[in-house]
Amino acid sequence: MLIELRQEQFDAFAALEKYQSDFEHKGKFGATASFIGTMRDFNEGDNVLSMTLEYYPGMTEKHLKQICDEACERWTLIDVLLIHRVGEVHVGEPIVLVSVWTAHRGDAFDACRFIMEDLKSKAPFWKKEMLDDGERWVESNTSGYSNK
Amino acid sequence: MSIKVKFFARMRDEAGLDGGELEYEEGMKIADIWNQLVKGADYPEAVMVAVNMEYVSGEPKIKDGDEIAFFPPVTGG
Repeated sequence: MLIELRQEQFDAFAALEKYQSDFEHKGKFGATASFIGTMRDFNEGDNVLSMTLEYYPGMTEKHLKQICDEACERWTLIDVLLIHRVGEVHVGEPIVLVSVWTAHRGDAFDACRFIMEDLKSKAPFWKKEMLDDGERWVESNTSGYSNK
Repeated sequence: MSIKVKFFARMRDEAGLDGGELEYEEGMKIADIWNQLVKGADYPEAVMVAVNMEYVSGEPKIKDGDEIAFFPPVTGG
């Protein structure tokens, strides 16, 4: 399991490829589910130029670990990779990568979803958006479940 | 006994400071901790509180050396 906070921009696909290339689990996993969250250039009807991601050093790492540990208890996981940006993030850059390796797809989909949703509601990160005419804190995260 | 207090994100803006140290007296409530340190901003309604980096609700037991953090709902991911 690898959990990292990154101060600098990262390439999520390259990070995934690098992590898997060093893998000791080749032949053991049949499913990989990945989620990449990327910075949009709009929110609540406004253009967003960039954002700053603040975190609580110590507590953020601790809670990301707790979330991944809980996923490992609830599902049969072979490995987990979680990378989250902090600091200044620009449009189009990845904010978060969650990848989960399992024997079968059900555990991979469910555990990846669980980690993302728990991160969204529990991990201490706060976004401040830079707009055309100033800046603002993002007040809350939207639900990850569509109504369809 | 002495406790450490931290403010994050919008709560830091509202408090006007990053944090501080406080002499905690038995019986003080969480809102009292805010009010002792923060002048000019009422205790916020939508605030999350952590003690020693764990979420708490209500009025947790505070010990000497504890770290109390105030922050808004989280918006990562």
